[in-house]
Amino acid sequence: MAATIAEKIFSQTCGRAVRAGDVVMAPVDAAMIHDITGPLAVRVFREMGGEQVFDPERIIMLFDHQVPADSIPAAENHVFMRRFAEEQGIHNYDLNEGVCHQVVMEKGRAAPGEIIVGTDSHTCTYGAAGAFATGIGSTDMGFVLKFGALYFRVPESIRIEVDGTFGRRVGAKDLILSLAGDIGADGATYKALEFSGGAMRAMNMAGRMTCANMAIEMGAKAGIVPPDATTWDYVAARREVEPFDLAGDPGAKYAETRRYDVTDLAPQVAVPHNVDNVVDVGRVAGTKVDQVFIGSCTNGRYEDLAEAAEVLGTADAFADGVRVIVIPASRTEYLKALRAGLIERFVEAGALVEAPCCGPCMGGAFGLLAPGEVSLSTSNRNFRGRQGSAQASVYLASPATAAASALYGEITDPREV
Amino acid sequence: MRVWKFGNDIDTDAIIPGRFLTIYDPAELAKHAFEGTRDEFAREVREGDVVVAGSNFGCGSSREHAPLALLGAGIRVVVAESFARIFYRNAVNTGLLPLVCAGAGEIRDGDTVTVDLGGGFIEVNGKRLAVEPVPGFLKSIVDAGGLVAYAKDLDEVETCSTR
Repeated sequence: MAATIAEKIFSQTCGRAVRAGDVVMAPVDAAMIHDITGPLAVRVFREMGGEQVFDPERIIMLFDHQVPADSIPAAENHVFMRRFAEEQGIHNYDLNEGVCHQVVMEKGRAAPGEIIVGTDSHTCTYGAAGAFATGIGSTDMGFVLKFGALYFRVPESIRIEVDGTFGRRVGAKDLILSLAGDIGADGATYKALEFSGGAMRAMNMAGRMTCANMAIEMGAKAGIVPPDATTWDYVAARREVEPFDLAGDPGAKYAETRRYDVTDLAPQVAVPHNVDNVVDVGRVAGTKVDQVFIGSCTNGRYEDLAEAAEVLGTADAFADGVRVIVIPASRTEYLKALRAGLIERFVEAGALVEAPCCGPCMGGAFGLLAPGEVSLSTSNRNFRGRQGSAQASVYLASPATAAASALYGEITDPREV
Repeated sequence: MRVWKFGNDIDTDAIIPGRFLTIYDPAELAKHAFEGTRDEFAREVREGDVVVAGSNFGCGSSREHAPLALLGAGIRVVVAESFARIFYRNAVNTGLLPLVCAGAGEIRDGDTVTVDLGGGFIEVNGKRLAVEPVPGFLKSIVDAGGLVAYAKDLDEVETCSTR
């Protein structure tokens, strides 16, 4: 019987046909916990009578939201989690590797066909590796730590067919912002997005991760890119893996199919205070910005930094009065950018380059906004108060648009730089 | 019970801002519930009050601090036209009852509401509004009072079993 990718993943895991709407106690291949939501998950695990986690090798632990510790309670959380890792024999990446979703991907902890949960809503990022990955709360994670399984309602899927070729300085972030604008903040609630089409096949892993990452901004449970040579090459470089076919069947039942063409897509900007409040950059060009943040699990990879550096070009400096914060998503991405000379260019132009972490997107660690301030950010959420004061404004855009805006001190179309 | 009415797309950053996420105690979290977006909530909310909202309540982060902050404030029931997926599940797991009510839009801030779960409705200003029951597989968690109580006596689960 024809099936969507989500249905296939649950069916293969359980060895029998599982369809959208079924509720199954599915075993998980991996579970990710970090410094903010992890401590609560561990406490719940204990309250449930947990003594030994189901399988320490399937648990991924790291710290990224408040690193290095920005407060004594944050430091205490880190100590608490380190002790748990040591006691349980869990490999803890600690604060050394970077933002959780980037680390899970680059360490090869996500692969096609796997079911992965994480106590972070952007866990859906691993859909770029062809996994069914979804964010859960700490109590569900306590259950997972104990039993290695969780009740899942197998979601219906929305097929997203993307064709065409991106114009100059337009890319994956613009696509996913335009999708958020079109589908809406709850347009995919309880559903999986299944990306397909020529533009997706042509997209590199960094871009696919940007797209899968923001599936949650439409309420989706997962955002999955069918694995192809690009996926298998990426995963095979990180772990032993045997490629297999995993694609939605032509006759599979989709909740709906949406078709897009990116050929004429303009750079997109999500304006305050909702991610689905999306316009062409021209509509908000000229808006003065106080801070520009280039980084996060959405856009902190080498490719993103290279995109920003290409727009920066040979300019001497970012605009006066703009704080530019650049945060590579991981140590690996940081080193790539460093060795390519990108970090030097950013620092020369006046940026603050911070060690890999969630940074201002966390809205509590650093890089906060005062009332009335405006930030343009390559991250994933522009909710009121997300990056500090509830009276501040956050705009979301691509690394290219962020770099162009940092150069001029106002929101700027990167194609005009 | 007094209704605290909110609009559509109330996100978890609004319910509890990121800078308070090192707090795990519900009573402490409650002091910062809706801080910056509706400051009077934490000051004036009373035990048993009900939060009522439009569509997509609890969108955004998976932070369980959000339902915990509401529970700490004495909220036991949230009524909304629809919920974001992770918040809905977190609410059920932590013992906060999320009720989907197509007629939530009719309810105004400051209204008085009573909840009749057995009858499957809520009553506001003398008018009954139907609420959807919690899906079957989550009902047992609600009945247990949350996932911790549900899981405490479980030694193992049958993987790939269907509900």
